[in-house]
Amino acid sequence: MRFFDDPAFWRAGAISTIVVMSVVLIMLTIDSLAAITPGGSHVPPYTVINQHIDYKFVAERGIEVPVIGAAEPLFGTALDTAAATELIGQGKMVVQSRACMDCHTFFGSGAYYAPDLTKAWLDPAWESWQSITGADTREGAMVKFLMDPEQYRTWTRSMPNLAITEAEARATVAYLKWVSAVDTNGFPPNFAHIQTNR
Amino acid sequence: MYRSQHLALKYFAAAITLLGVMTLAGLMSAYYYINPDFLAGLLPFNIAKILHIDTLVIWLLMGFMGSIYWFLPEELGREPIGIRAAELLFYVFCAAVAVVAVVFIFVQHGSSNETALWLINQGRKYVEAPRWAALGVVVIMVVFAYNVIGTAIAAKKTTGIITVLIVDLVPLLLLYLDAFPAISNMSEDLFWWWWLVHLWVEATWEVLIGCIMALALMQLLGTSRRIVEAWLYIEVALVLGTGILGLGHHYFWIGTPNYWLTIGGFFSALEPLPLLGMVIHAVYDAGAQHMRTTNRPALFWMMAEAFGNFIGGGVWGFMITLPQVNLYAHGTQWTVSHGHFAFWGAYACGVISVVYLVLQKARNLTLVDGPLWKWSFAALNIGLVGMVGALLVSGFTQAFVERAIGGSTLEAFIAGQENPWFMEGMVVRFLLGIVFTVGYVVLVWDLLALGRRVPAVAAASPAE
Repeated sequence: MRFFDDPAFWRAGAISTIVVMSVVLIMLTIDSLAAITPGGSHVPPYTVINQHIDYKFVAERGIEVPVIGAAEPLFGTALDTAAATELIGQGKMVVQSRACMDCHTFFGSGAYYAPDLTKAWLDPAWESWQSITGADTREGAMVKFLMDPEQYRTWTRSMPNLAITEAEARATVAYLKWVSAVDTNGFPPNFAHIQTNR
Repeated sequence: MYRSQHLALKYFAAAITLLGVMTLAGLMSAYYYINPDFLAGLLPFNIAKILHIDTLVIWLLMGFMGSIYWFLPEELGREPIGIRAAELLFYVFCAAVAVVAVVFIFVQHGSSNETALWLINQGRKYVEAPRWAALGVVVIMVVFAYNVIGTAIAAKKTTGIITVLIVDLVPLLLLYLDAFPAISNMSEDLFWWWWLVHLWVEATWEVLIGCIMALALMQLLGTSRRIVEAWLYIEVALVLGTGILGLGHHYFWIGTPNYWLTIGGFFSALEPLPLLGMVIHAVYDAGAQHMRTTNRPALFWMMAEAFGNFIGGGVWGFMITLPQVNLYAHGTQWTVSHGHFAFWGAYACGVISVVYLVLQKARNLTLVDGPLWKWSFAALNIGLVGMVGALLVSGFTQAFVERAIGGSTLEAFIAGQENPWFMEGMVVRFLLGIVFTVGYVVLVWDLLALGRRVPAVAAASPAE
């Protein structure tokens, strides 16, 4: 019998392939987890919500990346690490309990019925929504919208009223601001140019 | 028949029923795109979507379990160990699925606390089921693993296919434990979530269906065990050799380092290779037998599985897997097009093939053929491929209008969704969804009527 007719030959090949690939995956996982820890090289600390965030093209990398600027506390109050962590945690609980990702996407993952939320904090649309909602600030407009989305319907599809309280809405806005500062290797593309043009 | 095989029939009945629920929920989800006010105030889009994708996972899982419960006693020559517990858990499984569906439909959401995640909705795609139900799935999978491993030990024997199955059950079970956490950091949350979703769907499930197809091939075409096992090992090596690091194509944009662009792009581009191997395998075996079989629907569905897996999973996946394309295609209906084609080709066709094979044995039929299966085969596949094409048109439109031109803002998203090409795709998708639904109804009709037609058909030559 030729060696490649023998199942044992292919079994040995399968086992060695799995072992090698698994070891490489574990090594890359260890490295990636360090990079995506809040405060790591790609994911900002939760206290980034106290600062101005922008999304700009960086020539060396050839993509848009988040740019962290001067102090710009969310809702006008700077939070320490513990308070910011708690607020972001609550924001994530809102995202999960309302199954946001079964309509929206984060980083392009989720459902596709509603807009991607990766850079929602930076979306130019909030400027016009400030006047629609009568809010003084972008975060104020976002809170009003989240608490009663059916009142501020923007097009044919309306976000349903998910009984989001004011505290939950503020936490969600904090979450969106933090997410917008994650370095996503340039996803979504072209977003910064639109802002610049405006 | 073994008790385990009676249990298999129950699992198949539940799986085909849930396929119907999935189809209905999918049709509803498609209709929201055409009429956004559909069921306004009663059932939001996300609940219909959850019902669609969660029943997808559960019906396939039940189909896999039914297949193993059918083949296991024949493979090992004895009644599986712990079959009584498995029988009991089948009813618990069905009841839990029903309760979760009722909670999704009538309760929908809770407040932002752990209680909501335990009792109502976890809000993580594919694993939205509340934690109590997810725990139930763990228990069911543990007992399932005990049935397989315990039987091999009690029988004091194993085969190459059963050994692969046993080894596969370990990661299958361990990875599902990722259905529980609620990590605040979205990057880390998605990092582990992809271990569950990708390494289930594009690794452990591929191996599982490979084992099932190997067992089915031996019965359907009489292919020798040596050939089937050699091919299974080749497929395992290629599936996991490309799929483990192919995981990286989900790590392009979630906040992970940019080396994943190269690693994920390279290995996921190789992922079609094992799927091409399956096509070669299936065509070779069917050709060697000159397409002779006593079960034409099982053979045709198995061929559909091989080609559908390669084209839907492999070719459609390759189309969007390189980061330069994925940057624009990711998170659009283009992805949905690939998802529908891949799940259908990789798993659904295989499960339907096994159902036909099993019913032939269970009802002691000499020949399985007739007009009904052809109508359902045609309607289901035309419906599915038509939906895939329509979604592709919508996805292309999104990639261009929303991403490349518009820049992915809310305004760009709306421009993409309101573009006539996008909407035409959505309407055609819905219409083809109706064709698919008709195919499902005929499939159920055929499966129910299979035994009753036999005397007339059996009079014909069994070896066509």
